[in-house]
Amino acid sequence: MTAQKSISEADIVVVGGGVVGGAIALGLARSGARVTILDEGDVAFRASRGNFALVWVQSKGLGMPEYAMWSRRSAEQWHQLSGVLSEEAGIDVAHSQPGGFMLCLSEAELEQRRQVMQRLHNQMSLADFPYEILDHGETKRRLPDIGPDVVGSVYSPLDGHVNSLKLFRALRDATQRRGVDYRPNCTVDTITPRDGGFLLRGAFGEIAAGKVVLAAGLGNARLAPMVGLDAPVKPSKGQIIVTEKTAPFLHNPMVTVRQTDEGGVMIGDSQEDRDFDTVVRQPILSVMAERAVRMFPRLAGLNVVRTWSALRVMSPDGFPIYDQSLSHPGAFLVTCHSGVTLAANHVLTLAPAILSGGLPDTLDAFSARRFHVPAHA
Amino acid sequence: MFRPMHELKAADALGFTLDGRAMTARAGDTVAAALLANGVEACRQTPVSGAPRGPYCMMGICFECLVVIDGVGNRQGCLIPLQQGMRIETQAGRRQPDAVRA
Amino acid sequence: MNTLREIGQLAEHYDIAIVGAGPAGLSAAASAAELGLSVLLADENPAPGGQIYRAITTTPVADKCVLGEDYWKGGALVTRLERTAAAYAPGCTVWSVAPDETGGFELGLSLGGQARLVSAGQIILATGAQERPFPIPGWTLPGVMTAGAAQIALKSSGLVPSGRTVIAGCGPLLYLLAGQLAAAGANIVAVLDTTPRRNWLFALASLPDFLLSPYLAKGLKLMLQARRKLPFRTGVTALAAEGTDKVTSISVTHGGRTETIACDALLLHQGVIPGINLSNAAGCAQHFDAVQHCWTPTVDDWFASSIPGIAIAGDGAGIGGAESAALRGEIAALDAACRLGRISEAQRNAKAAPTQAELARSLRGRRFLDLLYRPAETFLAPPVDETIVCRCEEVTAGQIRDTASRLGVTGPNQMKAFLRCGMGPCQGRLCGPTVVELIAQAHKVSPAEVGYYRLRPPVKPITLGELAALPPTEAAVKAVVR
Repeated sequence: MTAQKSISEADIVVVGGGVVGGAIALGLARSGARVTILDEGDVAFRASRGNFALVWVQSKGLGMPEYAMWSRRSAEQWHQLSGVLSEEAGIDVAHSQPGGFMLCLSEAELEQRRQVMQRLHNQMSLADFPYEILDHGETKRRLPDIGPDVVGSVYSPLDGHVNSLKLFRALRDATQRRGVDYRPNCTVDTITPRDGGFLLRGAFGEIAAGKVVLAAGLGNARLAPMVGLDAPVKPSKGQIIVTEKTAPFLHNPMVTVRQTDEGGVMIGDSQEDRDFDTVVRQPILSVMAERAVRMFPRLAGLNVVRTWSALRVMSPDGFPIYDQSLSHPGAFLVTCHSGVTLAANHVLTLAPAILSGGLPDTLDAFSARRFHVPAHA
Repeated sequence: MFRPMHELKAADALGFTLDGRAMTARAGDTVAAALLANGVEACRQTPVSGAPRGPYCMMGICFECLVVIDGVGNRQGCLIPLQQGMRIETQAGRRQPDAVRA
Repeated sequence: MNTLREIGQLAEHYDIAIVGAGPAGLSAAASAAELGLSVLLADENPAPGGQIYRAITTTPVADKCVLGEDYWKGGALVTRLERTAAAYAPGCTVWSVAPDETGGFELGLSLGGQARLVSAGQIILATGAQERPFPIPGWTLPGVMTAGAAQIALKSSGLVPSGRTVIAGCGPLLYLLAGQLAAAGANIVAVLDTTPRRNWLFALASLPDFLLSPYLAKGLKLMLQARRKLPFRTGVTALAAEGTDKVTSISVTHGGRTETIACDALLLHQGVIPGINLSNAAGCAQHFDAVQHCWTPTVDDWFASSIPGIAIAGDGAGIGGAESAALRGEIAALDAACRLGRISEAQRNAKAAPTQAELARSLRGRRFLDLLYRPAETFLAPPVDETIVCRCEEVTAGQIRDTASRLGVTGPNQMKAFLRCGMGPCQGRLCGPTVVELIAQAHKVSPAEVGYYRLRPPVKPITLGELAALPPTEAAVKAVVR
């Protein structure tokens, strides 16, 4: 489908209509901006349709404590976001924060996790992040359905999950109600800085904007240089299995197994560098299934209803990039692979900052300039 | 809602139960056909709204004839041949995950 | 023929694996086996025949007049296969077809609750057709079934609807079924024909060809018989099944007048469309066939799909009927043998020539039927908002329309993410065409522009335990255990 050629203007154009773009657009619209979202069509690389829907804090931020802080802050603001979405879109996105587990199936796995958590907490300012290393017995006490192969787990009370497809729809619905102009099938070919603003062009026509926010996921790599930004992001493939709906039995989310509010059990998450290949591959599914069944033996009899793969948006160090262009102020870049966890920050903190003209100091560490200077000692 | 064209010969009859009620059907019938032959219309309630549903396509694509067979939930009745003594139950909404296997 | 009842009896490798034991699959398997190829014919049903020749070897319906002479032609296909060395696995689900590292394919199979991976040099998908979804208010009520379902109950179990029965819709199969059920003694209280009258205008241009076709005599006879004997209402423009826990009546509008007909069973049918889930999940290209008005895998003259080594024979690659399906299976098998180097291209061409000529004859007049019996838009894109479109997730036409227009959703994949339509166990088989139609209508574009669901294996459910028991690879372990 091709949109009609058009010429128009907006205060701010958000490029990308996924969870990241939608969250920023909602935050901007709530602050009173006239926003247009330019999105691709039905078939596109959409991490927002394929993610695992965790609101996750534990184990994030090794090597960048600011990321751990930023994730925690978003997890803490998620209750507020949930309320906003319920109020503005009438959609309950099934957010809950009962604490999450990472289950380990061997002593080596558990030891590795223990070390990661230790190193993470040795970083300045993270000492008060609550977590526990649990042995089999204690894990079993809290999760009675685990199998004998689970040797232990890492637990953090900060972790939770959400229905990310409901989140995706609620963001679209709320932005629509706030008057955001959503335009599908509008792939942006070029962005030209002009008269202190920007001109975005594509087969759809052109649109002028005072500010532009790049939230195009993997597409940011191509768009960023046009406005003096840098987004060295690459795809990281993940596969997910979901089972038929079953009566609720898993209250807490695991990092690789969770039961959705609708009843299906989701099993993830593989990680492969396969460029833009999104074919679902059986050996990976089998390994994921085998581990899930060892974690929760009662899953074995459940039917798999769907599998899928999606591409994470990965920066070289795995952390998000938040930037404003030095050469073309008013052009912003947002890219991360945790659009669900960070949605609360994006709506409630980031968007108002973008509208006021600058990113908050807390985000200094997330500039892509970190990839161009020698690392600190 | 269905009836057999021919009277069921004793030699061809298989006994089974639906929710504990004893029924018979012809050897060679699928589970879904056996239920239809016994006047059963709804064989499950949906996991979304709890609405009653019955066999719809009889060829394995609609997943409306899901039933519990011998304790295993969400089985496609139209693809499974009836066996003597099968314990069939209405699939009441979401399936129960199996009990933990030791 | 070697019938395999347990998954362990399957070989590691076959020259050719054929999915589906209807007319196309049966003749493809027989033809390939006769050429000396090792053949696996996998079918999820308990007995061969597919839907058209359902239960051909086991039906309890002894009176040959009930099912009609065309049905009994299926027996010859099974007899032919029985004389070969082909392996036939009934009750065996194929849930995945994917290219392997050697240029062949790997099939994911499940039989008796156990999964297995088997390799094959060539694949023929003969997964046939399904009835086009017929979304009307109340179509999810118990007692409402497809006409094909009633036919399956009749063929495989000798079952006849016992109460007041209404048959509604359009297409040749509707008349055939009405005749079969009447012959079997069903109490048909109404046949509600939804064929749009203006379809004659579009179909007329194809009439001369139809008059030369083998369909003519058969079709006319069926229609006349049905019309003469049964209470017909034509020009039906709206239908709604009514009842609380089961269907108790149907509301029907024809000629601007609405009446209610009490019934115990309602059988719906508005034509058949290719079953595309397996070919779509395997990555075969598909297109929207404007004449048959459905998504169809794209194949060449040898029924080869866009993936070299995967052919799609029979109604799964465009509706042509049982006779053409058997011929298409034959041709696809010859091409597969040629690709495997067992026969030369010249041999393939020579052997296929008479079959191809017969195929052309058998397809004559098809266009006329397609155009005449194209369903009315009102039965493709339900106008009543409360009509359930996705039966699994209980998503309504109104929700889909609102999401398409208000939230700017232009394709079925985004619709699926927002509303869950197509996410249930049927994997979009019963809602896909309708979702596409509703989006097309909302945005005033053609279904071709809207696209279709992107499907993934497993195309039929297997248990997590079955999946978990399959052999892993080192790379896969590395990708998961980090």
